[in-house]
Amino acid sequence: MAKAPSKNTGSKSSSSMKREDALKHYRDMLLIRRFEERAGQLYGMGKIAGFCHLYIGQEAVVTGVQACLKEGDQIVTGYRDHGHMLACDMDPKGVMAELTGRADGYSKGKGGSMHMFSKEKNFYGGHGIVGAQVPIGTGMAFSNKYRENDNVCVTYFGDGAANQGQVYESFNMASLWDLPVVYIIENNQYAMGTSVARASAETELFKRGISFEIEGEEVDGMDVYAVKKAAEKAIKYARSGKGPYILEMKTYRYRGHSMSDPAKYRKREEVDDIRTHHDPIDTLKAKIMEAEIADEDELKKIDKEIKELVKEAADFSLDSPEPDPSELWTDVLREVESA
Amino acid sequence: MSIDVLMPALSPTMEEGTLSRWLKQEGDTVSSGDVIAEIETDKATMEVEAVDEGTLAKILVPEGTEGVKVNAVIARLAEEGEDVGDVDDSAPSEAEESQDKADSSDDEAEASDASDASPDDEDADEETAPPEPAAATLKDPQVPEGTSFVDTALRDAIRDAMAEEMRRDESVFVMGEEVAEYQGAYKVTRELLQEFGPKRVVDTPITEHGFAGLGVGAAFGGLRPVVEFMTFNFAMQAIDQIINSAAKTLYMSGGQMGCPIVFRGPNGAASRVGAQHSQDYSSWYAHVPGLKVVAPYDAADAKGLLKAAIRDPNPVIFLEHELLYGESFPVPDVEDYVLPIGKARVRRPGKDVTLVAHSRMVGYALQAAEKLAEDGIEAEVVDLRSLRPLDTDTVVESVKKTNRIVTCEEGWRFMGVGAEICATVMNEAFDYLDAPPTRVHQKDVPLPYAANLEALSLPGTADIIEAAKKVCYV
Repeated sequence: MAKAPSKNTGSKSSSSMKREDALKHYRDMLLIRRFEERAGQLYGMGKIAGFCHLYIGQEAVVTGVQACLKEGDQIVTGYRDHGHMLACDMDPKGVMAELTGRADGYSKGKGGSMHMFSKEKNFYGGHGIVGAQVPIGTGMAFSNKYRENDNVCVTYFGDGAANQGQVYESFNMASLWDLPVVYIIENNQYAMGTSVARASAETELFKRGISFEIEGEEVDGMDVYAVKKAAEKAIKYARSGKGPYILEMKTYRYRGHSMSDPAKYRKREEVDDIRTHHDPIDTLKAKIMEAEIADEDELKKIDKEIKELVKEAADFSLDSPEPDPSELWTDVLREVESA
Repeated sequence: MSIDVLMPALSPTMEEGTLSRWLKQEGDTVSSGDVIAEIETDKATMEVEAVDEGTLAKILVPEGTEGVKVNAVIARLAEEGEDVGDVDDSAPSEAEESQDKADSSDDEAEASDASDASPDDEDADEETAPPEPAAATLKDPQVPEGTSFVDTALRDAIRDAMAEEMRRDESVFVMGEEVAEYQGAYKVTRELLQEFGPKRVVDTPITEHGFAGLGVGAAFGGLRPVVEFMTFNFAMQAIDQIINSAAKTLYMSGGQMGCPIVFRGPNGAASRVGAQHSQDYSSWYAHVPGLKVVAPYDAADAKGLLKAAIRDPNPVIFLEHELLYGESFPVPDVEDYVLPIGKARVRRPGKDVTLVAHSRMVGYALQAAEKLAEDGIEAEVVDLRSLRPLDTDTVVESVKKTNRIVTCEEGWRFMGVGAEICATVMNEAFDYLDAPPTRVHQKDVPLPYAANLEALSLPGTADIIEAAKKVCYV
């Protein structure tokens, strides 16, 4: 019997907002926003090269999901990954230094924007091949089940990756073996320049698990509380041993696919409308003010702190040296321990 | 203090652009994310968004200006609380450094040549790559004198290796199509399910790309998967996960993310199964840094090398041969027989010509050596066993003695294993060669089904003998 997918739209939780949580979410989202703006600027200055995919607009998704995780839960995502790393509490300095290709970057400068990891923070990448992180995240869930811990692997992918075959191969095995994995589809409406409608026969991506008996929900990915509410449920479900769960986060990226995207496939008005009326940070800010959790001055203080934090990260990333030439040959293979 | 707005590089190759239009005018307030101008890059018209907040105090580059260098100051913002009139409207000289470090270039040279995607490209050009570190010297363990040898079929030796490692380490598990209930498509995993149960012997759906990736994730998660491909022909569905995820992640993570996984299964031609089921992937995988590639010939090597592969902290491609599964070879009856990966084995000493082979071709090379001996040619047979790392020392040493080499592989010649070995020999033993290095290989066609054409396509003993005689000028 197929489990019916359901829709979960919006939240009415502002009345029950806890001060500590609300300000943390505000801070976390703002850090991602300011970090990404700075990364964009450094790219413009030639300090960051190659591909650089910014997360601006989608901040509520990782922020809300991360709030529901516990120690040992793993995160894996695709190449639009800076936000996920910051949400995992990775050091902005190390992330920015990786973007500038320096020795103090998380991958010693050898990975770049799309390939960063922190085992310590349970962040497993940062994968550059669209959809490849989905079997990998499913495999980490397999290892959780195998070791009989009660950790969950949160596996993020975009609306573009949702059309890759390996995603469905993973859905099948995850459901067949009841693996503790939550699939978060970050539907930001465009796979590079192709809208969901132009690429997907079924545009309601939360239904993509139906043939595999995986429950799915659509979530307002611009509302951190809606994200949190849905993620709590999905993660609890996976953690309890019932198997995978799909959350489709309806979100939006403000910037182009990567830095060199002139974004001619959508109208400026569309972007402006979302920014003006649905911005996740502005929305939360309004809720905070409305609930009288904090006033303008207090929020401004947070803004200033974040700005300083990001500036420090940027300075650090430019001061850090390039990797030593000897690093060219390291980390290709691990040494075999003598038997 | 005012904030400089710089001409951004909005593509990896952009050096300069046209400032086509200002969308904000002097005196307008801007907040981060606002589009303030449009520029034309080498590829497209792009919007310039403000990063900082403030009032657009001065426009320094009027719209319509062509050839604006990347990182030139195009405008200045007055910060909140700053008087617009106080903002300096002189264009800075290139040497002038901005106060805000993150907004500035490191030095004058970069400011004027900031078009490079990497600011330090110039340095990089002068920097020479350090030499590749030398490979460690490896040695096979000594089999104690008096050890008995047990005749074991190749498939059983492989099974024994897996079973021993599964007993030794809880984190080792086997997954693949038909590995459990069916007991293995080629009976290589026979009785593993009975001993270890379905948790550790996992039947997968027919979903190579998916389970290869799942295996990689399980390895990242701390397990040691042994992933069986029913044949390596089907691993082409999974090759992205093998190369991009398993092989490259250690490097891309700066050494954090090891991927201890074994991908194993039969490789190369079986018998009369046609082109799609009969390909030798030796050179494909051996091409890739971050992988180890093992292709044993006999049962003892298969056992010792598979045990090493399972213990190895790196991804290992373990290429077996279906047509050898049923062949029996003596396997030393010692506890924990583990061989080093990356060491060739001289299977037959000789002084006249070196025959280099791996996997099933080793058998043909040995047969050829027997025949050649009847004609007075003493061939030295080097069994590579491992293709990456490749034991070039053993090959080169042999060639220095015999002065002639024939490489033998079941795969195609073009860009193949033999090509690599011949190039190595010419680099490292050129002066020792008395004849051009010669290659034996499959004909450069997809493997045909018809018995006669299949036989004509595949290399065998006769081809090796012919090639050996040719390099010996006999």
